[in-house]
This record gives sequence, C-alpha cells and structure tokens, in this order.
Amino acid sequence: MKYVTRLRVRRVYKWRGQPVSFNRKLKTQDFGSLAISVEGLPRTTIINTGQHILIEGGDEDSPYVARVIRLFGDESGKQKKAAVQWFVRVSEVPAPKLKLLGRESHPQEIFYYQGRGCDDEVDAESILRPVQVKHLDAAAPFPDSDDKDTFYVKLSWDSKTFKTVDAALVESQPAPASSPPPKDKPSLPPSPPCSPPAAAPASRAVSRRALPTPDPTIMRKAASGEVRYSRATMSAGRSAPIEAECLHSATKLSASKCLSAKRRNAAARTPGVRKKLQLSSPEKMIHQDVLSQLLDEDLEQEVMLAQRLSSSPPQTLSVTNSLSPLKKAHRAPGGLPDASLKPTVVINRLSGLDSPPSPTGDEATSPQQQLEVELQTPRRRQNTPRRTVGTRTEQKATTPSWRRETQSLKEPALEVLAEVENENSPVLLAATTPRSSKRKSAQLVSSRIRKQLNLVANQLDLNSDGEDEDEFLPSKKELESSEEDGEGGGLSSDEEVVEKRGRRAAAPRGRTRHMTRSSSRTPRKTPSRKLTPSTPRTPRHATPSIPSRTLAARQPTNVLEEARTRLHVSSVPESLPCREQEFQDIYSFVESKIIDGTGGCMYISGVPGTGKTATVHEVMRCLQHVADVDEIPPFNFVEINGMKMTDPHQAYVQILQKLTGQKATADHAAVLLEKRFSSPAPRQETTVLLVDELDLLWTRKQNVMYNLFDWPTRRHARLVVLTIANTMDLPERIMINRVASRLGLTRMSFQPYGFKQLQQIITSRLNKVKAFEEDALQLVSRKVAALSGDARRCLDICRRATEICEHSAPDPSATGLVGMSHVMEALDEMFSSPYITAIKCASVQEQLFLRAVIAEFRRLGLEEATFQQVFVQHQALCRVEGLGPVGVSEGRAACQRLGACRLLLLEPSRLGLLQRVRLNVSQDDVLYALKAD
Amino acid sequence: MMESCVTHAPSWSSQQMRGVSANQMPEMKSSQEVVIVIIINMSKRKVKDDHMPVGECITQVQSILRERFCHQKLPEKPQAVEAQHKHLLELLKRTAIHGESNSVLIVGPRGTGKTMLLKCVLRELLGDKEVQKNMLEVHLNGLLQTDDKIALKEITRQLHLENTVGDKVFGSFAENLSFLLEALKKGNRSSSRPVLFVLDEFDLFALHKNQTLLYNLFDVSQSAQAPIAVVGVTCRLDVLELLEKRVKSRFSHRQIHLVSSLTFTQYLERVRTQFSLPGSFPDAKFAQEWNASVKTLCEDKSVEEVLQRHFNSSKDFRSMHMLLMLCLSRVSVAKPTVNPSDLLEASRLCLSDAKADMLHGLSILELCLIIAMKHLNDVYEGEPFNLQMVHNEFKKFLQRKSNSMYNFEQPVVMKAFEHLQQLELIRPVDASSAKTQREYQLMRLMLDHSQIMEALQKYPQCPTDVKQWAMSAFG
Repeated sequence: MKYVTRLRVRRVYKWRGQPVSFNRKLKTQDFGSLAISVEGLPRTTIINTGQHILIEGGDEDSPYVARVIRLFGDESGKQKKAAVQWFVRVSEVPAPKLKLLGRESHPQEIFYYQGRGCDDEVDAESILRPVQVKHLDAAAPFPDSDDKDTFYVKLSWDSKTFKTVDAALVESQPAPASSPPPKDKPSLPPSPPCSPPAAAPASRAVSRRALPTPDPTIMRKAASGEVRYSRATMSAGRSAPIEAECLHSATKLSASKCLSAKRRNAAARTPGVRKKLQLSSPEKMIHQDVLSQLLDEDLEQEVMLAQRLSSSPPQTLSVTNSLSPLKKAHRAPGGLPDASLKPTVVINRLSGLDSPPSPTGDEATSPQQQLEVELQTPRRRQNTPRRTVGTRTEQKATTPSWRRETQSLKEPALEVLAEVENENSPVLLAATTPRSSKRKSAQLVSSRIRKQLNLVANQLDLNSDGEDEDEFLPSKKELESSEEDGEGGGLSSDEEVVEKRGRRAAAPRGRTRHMTRSSSRTPRKTPSRKLTPSTPRTPRHATPSIPSRTLAARQPTNVLEEARTRLHVSSVPESLPCREQEFQDIYSFVESKIIDGTGGCMYISGVPGTGKTATVHEVMRCLQHVADVDEIPPFNFVEINGMKMTDPHQAYVQILQKLTGQKATADHAAVLLEKRFSSPAPRQETTVLLVDELDLLWTRKQNVMYNLFDWPTRRHARLVVLTIANTMDLPERIMINRVASRLGLTRMSFQPYGFKQLQQIITSRLNKVKAFEEDALQLVSRKVAALSGDARRCLDICRRATEICEHSAPDPSATGLVGMSHVMEALDEMFSSPYITAIKCASVQEQLFLRAVIAEFRRLGLEEATFQQVFVQHQALCRVEGLGPVGVSEGRAACQRLGACRLLLLEPSRLGLLQRVRLNVSQDDVLYALKAD
Repeated sequence: MMESCVTHAPSWSSQQMRGVSANQMPEMKSSQEVVIVIIINMSKRKVKDDHMPVGECITQVQSILRERFCHQKLPEKPQAVEAQHKHLLELLKRTAIHGESNSVLIVGPRGTGKTMLLKCVLRELLGDKEVQKNMLEVHLNGLLQTDDKIALKEITRQLHLENTVGDKVFGSFAENLSFLLEALKKGNRSSSRPVLFVLDEFDLFALHKNQTLLYNLFDVSQSAQAPIAVVGVTCRLDVLELLEKRVKSRFSHRQIHLVSSLTFTQYLERVRTQFSLPGSFPDAKFAQEWNASVKTLCEDKSVEEVLQRHFNSSKDFRSMHMLLMLCLSRVSVAKPTVNPSDLLEASRLCLSDAKADMLHGLSILELCLIIAMKHLNDVYEGEPFNLQMVHNEFKKFLQRKSNSMYNFEQPVVMKAFEHLQQLELIRPVDASSAKTQREYQLMRLMLDHSQIMEALQKYPQCPTDVKQWAMSAFG
C-alpha cells in the first residue's frame, strides 16, 4: 500500500547566471550552472558542469549516474538540456556480462560508459541531484563505507568489455564548454569533506579559509537562499552558504521534520516517498554524504575529526541536524523539557555563526565544531538515519519561511511510514507497521533522551574545556530570538499549531531513533522481524545447481548415436529451416521497434511443436548478434513462460528479477515494473519480453495480461512484447475487450509443418550424417504431417527408429542405415492403440465381462448399464462357455480391473451392484479384439 | 495381498514356535530366546553338514517363499518381458552415460509387473559403477505427492538441493519451482549428473493444476539443460489423453506396454517355479524333497482345475502370489509339504464372496427380511422398496407358509432393517434421507440373488420353510 502514496513534487529548473557562450548556429546558449529548486521549498540545488549527478531513471532505487559536460538551452530558456557522460551501475550491466569483470562487484561501483547507443543529451529536468564519484585504481580496494551517495569508478564499460579508466577522465575533467577555474576542480564543492580524510586535504584548505572568513552578510544571504556566488569562488562560497543555511535552518527545524525527512530520504525503497524527497531538494543529498561520512568515523577520532570538520562547512550541517529536535523543545517546553535543553544550547552556539561573525581562525571555529561533533557522537553509532537528517536541515536552511516545514508536518502518516522503513536498512522493502513503532518509541523517549543527553554532556566535559560550555549556553537566547524572527513572518497561526503538534509527536520519535541505533538493546521492531522471519527461508546464497557428474558423459561413437544426438529435440540447430518467412517477420518487427525505441506487441500462435519458441529465440539470437556488432542499439531480452510459474502474478516477479535482479513480491514487482515502464528514462535500453504460454497468464480480472500489453503503449516504455500461445483465436476467446485491444492486431500464426518441411528439418538436423534411408525419412514425415505436423514427434520417431535399427542389427558394429522396417516399427510403437492388445491379453473372465457388457448394451439399446445387469449376462456367458459359475466378488474384481486400465469407465465402486458401466473403447474394437482371439 | 500376510503370519509363527519348541528345546520358554538359539544352531550346522532338523528347514522355506510372494525380493530376471527390459535399460543407460534426456511411460494393467520391471532395470543399472556414481534418483508417487507443491518439495529434498535445510524444504511454491528450474537449467548435457525421475501412478500427476510439474519435467527433457529421464508408471491405457496438448507434445511418446500374455501352461510353470526352493537352500535334501512335492502338486488334476479357474479369473501375479501365500501358511513342521487340499482350501478362501459370507452372521429375522426384499425385487423388477413393503411381504409369508416363524413387532423389524443398512446390504436410494420417515425411505438391495441363495445353503439350522420361501418363484 505504501507504493500508492506517491507524491510528485514539482521541481523548478533555472539557469544560474548569464550564458557562458552562445552558439549562433544552433541558437543555443551554454550555461555554467543550473539551479534546481522545489516548488514550495526555498532550497535550491546548484548543478555545475563537471559535476556528477543522478538522473531520474526507471528505477527509483538506482537513478542513473552521469557527469554533466555541458548545460545548454535555447534562447527562450524554455528548453534546458544537459550533455552528459554516462556512468553505468553494476545493476545496469547485463548479468552475463558481469562475469567479464572477474570479481565481485561493489554495490557502489559504477563504470565509465563508453558505449554508443545511449543518447548523451538529456533533459535537464530529469536531473535529480549531485553525487560524488571517485576514481579508484583498478587494484585498489573499495573503501569500506556504506555511503550510498559516493560511487567508485575503476573501469569503463563499452557494453562488451571492461577497461581501466583514467582518473582524470572520471573525477574532474573540466567541462569543455564552461571551463571552470581551477579552483572548481573538486567537482562537487560540498562533498569534499565527506570524502575520507585522505582525499580531503586540498578542499579542506579551501574551506578552512572560507569558513572563518564569511562575512555575515553572505551568510545571511545564503540563509535566505539568495546567495549568488561567482564561479570562481564556488567551492568556498558554496560551502559557506550551506553552512549558514544549515545553521539558520537548524533553529527552525522541528524534530519531526528532521526525522521525517531523514526517513523519507533513506526510505529509498518506497518510490513515492522518496521521490518527493528528492524532488524537494536535490542538493540535500550532498550533505547527506557529509553526514554519513561523519557518522562512520570512530568515536576515538572525535577530536581529530572535529578539527578536520571544522574546516569543512557541511559538517555544520550535520550538527544542525542533530540539534533540530531540540528546537522543538523550545517551542513546546512543556512536552520534553529535559530533552530539549542541551541541544538547544548547541544550536545557539551555532547560530552565533549566523549573527556575529565568529572571531578567530581555525582555532576559533574548532570549539564549535568540536561541540558539533560531540553532539553527533551518540548518533554516530547509529547507522541508517543520518543522511536525511542532514538533508532536511539543509532544506530548512534556505527557507526563510516555514512553509515547507508545515507542509511536511501535515503528512505525519507518511513520515512515520518512511521512518519505519528507514529503520529497516535500505534493502528491506516492506515497511510494515508504522504506527506501532511510533507508539513504542514514544514511550521510551524521555528516558532515552535523558540518557543521550547525559552522554553528550559527559563527552563535552571530557573533550572540551570550560570555554566551550560557556559559549555553549549563552547562545541559547540568541537562537531563540532568531528562531522567532524566522517564524514570525512566514507562519500563520494555525500553521504554527499544526507544526507544534507535529513536532511534539515526532520529536520523541527522533530521539528514539537515535538511541535505537546507538545500542542494540532498544527494540528494533521491523528489522528484527525482517531478519528472522517466522519460517526459515531458502538460504540466501543458495545457488541452484545440479551436482556435476564425476565421470564425463560419453560422446557418441557411431553414426547412429551421432544421428540420435543430432535428432534430439534439445540440440539447437544451426538454423531453423522452413520458418524463414516467420523468422523474417518477427525479426523485422522487433528490429524496427528496437531501432525506433518504441514498443509494441505481437501475438504468435500455432499448435505445439511448430517452432514458435525456437523461432523467437533464433530471432533474438540474431538480433543480439547484430547488437553486438553495433548495428542496432543494445537491448534486453527477458523470457517468461506461463507454465513455469505457479501463479499468473508471478510473471511480474520473474520479469523484474530478470530485468534488474531484484527480488520482490508480486505486488511490489508490479509497482516497480509499472514505474519502470512509465517513467521517462533517457538511457533505458529497449526490452524485448517473450511471454510463452500466454493463456496460463489468464486471471479473472486479466490484470496481468492487461499490464503486459499496456506497458508497450507507454511513451517511455521501449518494451516489445512477443506472446506465444497455442490457440489462434486466444485474444477473442479469453480476453476482454480492453486487453485484446491493447494486444493489437500484429498476429502471426505458425502452420503445422507439411511433410516436405518435416523432411527438410530432419535432413538439416542430420547435417550430412548418413543414417537414414531416404524413403524412411519420407515415411516418417508423411505420417507425422498427416497426424499433427509436430516436429518434436517427428524427431522422436526418428530417434526411436535409430534405436530399433541398432538393436535389430546382429552385430552392433555393423549397423546399416535406418530403413523402412525400423521406422514402421517405431511408428507402430508410438501410434498404435494399446487397447486392442490389452483386450487380447486380458484374462478369460475379463474378456467374458467385456462381452457381457456389449451384450447388455445391445439388449438395452443404451451405452450404459449397471453392474448387476451386466453380471447377469456374464453369468449366462459363463454357462455357455462351459466355465464354472462365477461369484459376484469375482465378477466385480474383473470389472474393477478393466476399469483400472480404463477399458471400462466406472462409477465409484462404493455403489456396489448399482455401479454403472460404460465402455471406453468402441464396441467394434472390442469385438475385433475378441474375435481375433 | 499384504492383508493376507498379516492375518496369516501370527498363526504361522505361533504354530512354528510350538513345533520348534516341542521338537527341539522344550526347556526354552521365551520365544525370543528360541529364535536366537535357532540362529546359532543354524550357523553351526551349516559348517558341519547340510542336514537340518525339519523345523529349521520349514523356517527357511517360509522366509524365502514369503519374501518372494510379498514382492520384497526381486526375481533374478524379469520373465516374459525381455524386450521391454532391454528397451528401458538402454534408454536409462543412455541418460546415465551419454547424458541424453528421455521420457518414457510404462503402461500396463495392474499386476503385470511394471514396477518389478523398473526395479529390475534400476538394479541392473546401478550395478554399473559408472552409472552408480553419476545418477541421481527421484521417486515420486501420485498417491503421496498429491499436488505439485508437495511434489516439488519432495524433489528438492531428494535431490539435496541447496535450499534444503536438514530434511525440510522451505520457501514458497513459486520459489521452489523457480529454484528447481534454475538448477536444472544451469546444468548441461555433458557436465551435470543425470537425474532420473520415477513418477509412480503417473496418471495422478496429470490431474494436478495446469500439469505444471509434468510440463516442466518434459520441457527440461526436451531442451539442452541438465539431462533427465522421466519414467512414468501407470495402469491407465488412456494416459496420453490426460495430458494437455502442449505437455503431450513435449513428451517423447515412448510407451512401454506391459501385458501378461501368459498361456495356462506358462502359468502352471510359473506357479511351480514360484513355489520351488532355490538351489542355494542350505539343506539340499530337504529342498529336493520339497521341489518334488511341488512338482507332483502341480500335476494333480484337482490342483490344475483350481489353478485354471484362477488363471481364467486373472493373470495377475499378485492374485497368484496371494493364493500361494495362503497355501504356504498351511505348511508346518507337522505337515512339511503342500497338499492339493491346501490349495483347494486356499482357493476357496480367495474366491469366496465377501457379501455372502456376511449373510452368515445375520439373525433369522434379518435373513427373512432379505428374502422378502429379494421377492420384492423379483416382482417389481428392481424398483426400490421401503420398510413397510418389506414388512408386509414378510407378514404375508408368516400367514401363508410359516410354521416355525412368528410375527415380530414393528420396532424389532425396524431395528433389524437398520442393522442391514449399517452393513450396507441395503442402501437408501438418495443420500438425503432426513426428510422422509424411516419406514418409508426407499431402499435398494445390494445383493445379487445368487449371493442370497448361496448364503441360505450354508446358513446353520435354517428353517426349511424359510428356505422354501426363498426358492419359490413368488412370495
């Protein structure tokens, strides 16, 4: 249900600054950066050329990664485009190709994409947010971090091979169009601090300089979201405003909001929720990085860290986050006095930055920073939530008004939901009971908050001197005032009320959360449920496989064995003879769709064994080959079979798994697929979906079929659906109109093979292995063509004929060709009815009983009689035949035996004498069999 | 068959014990000790000479023949099915050795030796070291694996796939299916171990929803995946018609038909060999004597007649084994050979009519009611009757002919009637009997006239007038 709550937030994209250059020919203007803001939110995110970004794709959880090369638009400013260099995620590389990597891939690993076939010009409005991408040497290990927003590049991928890639290429190549000054080199200005210490120094220096300097005016500007810094000062300038923003916002952040944001963000699994978040403030994510990085640090290194952090603006951010809940205490002092106290102080302290420029250089800043860090420490041990904390704060920061906040407050349910999910760690899909956890946590709140605050206090004592504390406390008032300022303007009274209420409710939760993560004793409801499900599941890494044999399979040694191997249905022929026309039709259909990047459906029908599936496979093989040599864009091929699933809805699960490797429940998979096929995804390859045994996907509402045929009609789906079934008029017979209509009229029917075709098939399979007489082949093909035209049958008969030939030969080494007699024997074996032999070989009493049945039928003139009636005839016949009298039990036994092998059809035997009897064979057959006897 | 073993086994063992303890070691009291001592004695004597006391010989005979008759021991070589044996063996060998996927159905009426054939083939196949190391076997039975879900779990369990935890298989049906298919798909002809699927009561698998299991098994057997051989065993001759056409198309259409085309002489011979002791019998002299007695037994005219009758009734191995088992259970130390009379008695037991036997236990009133019903059936040509009609008929008899019988009150008659219904000698016409009063509920007689007459002949101290009434044409 959570997927239903998908809210789309509208984002506004604006060019920042003046066009860098103007292309007269194309009438395009190049820009240096792009600002993204969310409607209703005062936050903006800046995208610069050379920066790495996430681009909205089909999959919510893994948006595409790319680097902006150029930002440009037309003169009117309506069209905004971005030229990008793509990066490919591990999940986007086709699973089989992933083997080429020769090692385990890192979840955060991406590949520099060198393939063609992907449009590198995207709509700027699909940009989500910046991310960090780092280059690693091929041999270097992946840093041990579960930061979701840092990607690592080792190799490049050109859709066939992996190659090592130059660091310069990846990390910060100055974009040709907007050649940024060298200072910009760290392509992600806000991110450097979040990178591990080793990577940081350069940027640190910059920011160190930047941080203390800021004149309050700039800060304020930043806070109000109006900061415009020149490109030249970008990295420094940018960090400063962010910090300022954070600080500013921190005061205003309600705990609830902070939490909810956090949750939303982290709840990457719930598409809807997450979407909203992303939309709301792309820049947010940058800070998440910082925060998460921070949190990952060890406690021991705190002091060190503090210093380091002091230089890097984003950290401030995180501080604010941690603080945010406290502010709430302010507003509702009655609620949680204890909890609120300390944190507020911190905020004050920080807000000091905001108003009076903090005096000294490095040293001067550090106390604050230390403080901040310390404040965070309890949280540092927690794993999940951090990201969003940062994010939300940021968001706040830019907002002079409270509007955004109130907005978020108005959706408590959603927040809670997200919260719970967050706790599940990102991989878990289902957020189950949001409410319950909330309540539980609420109860634990106050005590925990107290504890945590004690911890903070202790640490403060330990790590900082009195000065710190001094500074710490007084600023409180300032904070209060500033807060009020901020609020006063923006909020209407009732909004405030809502806000307060929301905060009060949410704040404890926030605290709990933090605590939860810091220690294992706290109840972790959802995760634990997830981790230990009631029934042990299949071991997660169970690899389905049949043990391999100890002794190698023997290879065919003589001609007949060779022929038998070739004739086995499973052996894939080099080409499919006699289906050239069908092959051509399907090929051109699929090819055109792939080239056009459109979607479509095709329905293929035909009786079993006419090569439907084989032809489609052949087409896909050919297309794959063509795609490999670059003649058509690459595509995905997914195959499902209605018979190979237990329930029609499993189709979603299988498609999803084959497309992305994700495992999901049927409902969830349906939602994800729906999303994938309906959202615009510039880089999505065409998907060719083969649905075999389509009729098995029938459900009462036919929603599975409906979806399968509806997706291709979506604008961005790029889905080609090929469906296969036996009946020609399946669409008319079982589909309701709206489904049949979507399936369309592209139909193809595979006619049963004629005898010439069958003969050709066998000959081509044998491929010059001379094992059959020409006449024998013709006999087989004619016989099969007359009966069913099923190529499988034909091959099976031939195979059996080779066996018979082999066994009939006196000397196994000197077997001749398979002749007419062998084929005849095989045909007899397969097509002869067993009934007549069975009757012939039945016991005397059974034969008499059959005779009695026929006699009774004749007497009655019906094709049905009770056992009692037949038995009378039976006894009479026994007398005629001179056999001894037969008992009822004996007669019934004979009757039951005949019934068991279905020569007779019987009612259930509990009916005794009244059981009705019918013949399952024609009377003529019975008489024929008995006469011959 | 099994039932007869069970019922006769106790009587035999106690008899046997008595014989042994009387002859050999009267001081032994506990039967367990007796057995132990016998075993010890046996092993000692085998070394010394091949003469054993009669009691021990009889024990040996019983155990050897019982093993044979209860199908616990496979015959050395399946008889009369050499061609089918060869076909199946070759087929499975090719799967085991060449990794060629195959599917085959063994079809034949019950008791024609389908399972025996398959077991013999498997025994022979596994005798080959090369095969034994490679082959994986999965045995399923349509009566046990009643749906695909259970069948899949069983397959996974027997294959020891990796989603097996201990002896249990977890995960949903869908998971299991995709796991198994994935596993089979990953294999290929030359490298994975061939899997032999034996589906007993194959026809029942065809009743599963969508025939998912069969489709998938046959599909695997017709595609380049892990090599599998699917062997279905069924007694339904129309089994192919049960398969959906797409399933049918994937089946290779190899059918091995088993029919017992025995003639009576072969049947006689079979009886003789089945009853004879093998050459490896510890006491050669006893074995010789026993075999000779069996030979004379089979040549006996009356025995031949009895066997002919059994042969006419059914050529099934099981019914023959049942007959021989009944004979065998009459062999004791006191009577160490099989007499023709034993065979006659056994045959009588085999052929006796169950319902007629039940009539012996009825009271005279109940019997009279049955006779009344018989007359009603005669008069109304099998139309159903009710208690009142039967009672009237009975009263007519009492008034007209009866000397020895007196009228019974209605409740007594009612009770007798209900008893007959409980014994299922009569049966209500329609199941929903709640609405009508019991006296007027329509019933049908579940007995044939011949059964009634037969029972009357044997009924102890049956009054003559009742007999006469039963035999008279009209009530």
